[in-house]
Amino acid sequence: MMEFFSALWDHPFLQHALIGGLLASIGCGIIGSYVVVKRIGFLAGGISHSVLGGMGVAFFFGLSPLGGALTAAVASALLIGWVRLTWREQEDTLIGALWAVGMAIGILFISKTPGYSVSLMSYLFGNILMVNLADIWMMAGIDLIILLTVSLCYQQFLAVSFDEEFARLRGVPVTFFYLLLLCMVAVTVVLLIQVVGLILVIALLTLPAAIAAHHVRSLGKMMLLATLLGALFTVLGLIISYAPDLPAGATIILVAGVSYLISLLFSTARKRRELRQQLVKAVQ
Amino acid sequence: MNPSPVVSLQDVSFSYGGPCVLDNVSLEVGEHEFIGIVGPNAGGKSTLLKLMLGLLEPLRGKVRVLGESPERSRTQIGYVPQYPQFSRDFPITVEQTVMMGRLGMSGLFGNYRRRDREVARQAMVETEVADLAARQLCTLSGGQLQRVLMARALACEPRILMLDEPTANIDMRIETEIFDLLKRFNRHMTIIVVSHDVGFISGYVSRVACLNRTLICHHTAAIDGDAIRALYDADVRMVEHRH
Repeated sequence: MMEFFSALWDHPFLQHALIGGLLASIGCGIIGSYVVVKRIGFLAGGISHSVLGGMGVAFFFGLSPLGGALTAAVASALLIGWVRLTWREQEDTLIGALWAVGMAIGILFISKTPGYSVSLMSYLFGNILMVNLADIWMMAGIDLIILLTVSLCYQQFLAVSFDEEFARLRGVPVTFFYLLLLCMVAVTVVLLIQVVGLILVIALLTLPAAIAAHHVRSLGKMMLLATLLGALFTVLGLIISYAPDLPAGATIILVAGVSYLISLLFSTARKRRELRQQLVKAVQ
Repeated sequence: MNPSPVVSLQDVSFSYGGPCVLDNVSLEVGEHEFIGIVGPNAGGKSTLLKLMLGLLEPLRGKVRVLGESPERSRTQIGYVPQYPQFSRDFPITVEQTVMMGRLGMSGLFGNYRRRDREVARQAMVETEVADLAARQLCTLSGGQLQRVLMARALACEPRILMLDEPTANIDMRIETEIFDLLKRFNRHMTIIVVSHDVGFISGYVSRVACLNRTLICHHTAAIDGDAIRALYDADVRMVEHRH
């Protein structure tokens, strides 16, 4: 651990990685909480995997892969949202198809791009150590957009996440806010791709929020705790992976996964204990 | 014919894409009326309510609520669904749930003002859930949840209260309490309640609409074995009981 901290002092790339991880935690905590309570993990998975299509096209034409990712993520969020609102009965089949088609487009374009390289692999599996100053500014910008949007539309997002039918009856433009929420998921996916890559992004989007849901009982607190947990997992993942030279993204996800299992066991045991106490009280 | 009906359906038909669920249904509900819609399962009761709420579009016919289309007037309707659309483990308190009844009336960006909090508080007092305000939804019993959903509907300050099987899955004692509460609300609002229990609701409502794809209206005194037999397509045994 000391080796990591002395390297952190000496190497700007590690400082960038740490700042990038902390910035990514903000998006993952806030939007991840919506993904968990609204149970749209599958939709978020579809969005994150279809991002490869945009990246592949951007690579092929020599454009910024992150620009391609952002465009593809938002387009796929709108398309998936429309599919879900229009063909609810076949929602999972159509989202599964978009998920695979997005990836297939990406693979085709990448295969025809001369000099297909390591940098694309870093987007697939993540390489937080490659985060540079420009990426940090972009991540901070995305966080700002997320924070502003969620602050302004908190009640509407809460209503749409909780009970769409009732929100519609109260005159909330449910379709608009639902699609806006999916667009927020899309930009968060792009934010997190820098850290863990698009293959693993869904885990970082859902695990900190799912752990937070075990321990707090309000959406606001859930967002705060998920952000702190996301920060803890990225920092711990960086520290653990540094000395043995392990892939940081995969290590971060493993830390999050193990923490989720421990939290699940702890919260299940607590619920059983509470239930037993209630039964004892009822009998008395 | 009501002089100025708050709800009016004229020759309404509806289908989900297959056979007709509602066929040429006409109904008028007057101001401050307490009407019960009864009928067998899959008879179209919930569908009729959703047409009145503007959540569904009729295949044929016209639906008017408070003289306008349901979409335009639905903010003046309080609605208690049969099956809540939300997950019971959603991290939300009773107070936050009831406050949602103020959506559409609250300030810019949906932020709640002092009056919204007062109205929600009053709704919780009327439905006797004020002491549960800080509790999580997942910790409530079936009867408590039903009262919270009624408080959410009351927080809309509705002119019409629509309830879809409000006492399904709760015991008889709480069922009576809830209908006593509705009878009280009826003094200042119209109430439309869907139920499968014609015997129970006939003690509370002023009129019963019997729905099984088509609709026949009765004053509660006129409900007899023949009417129920025609509605359920089966022989029935009338059991008179007092609540």
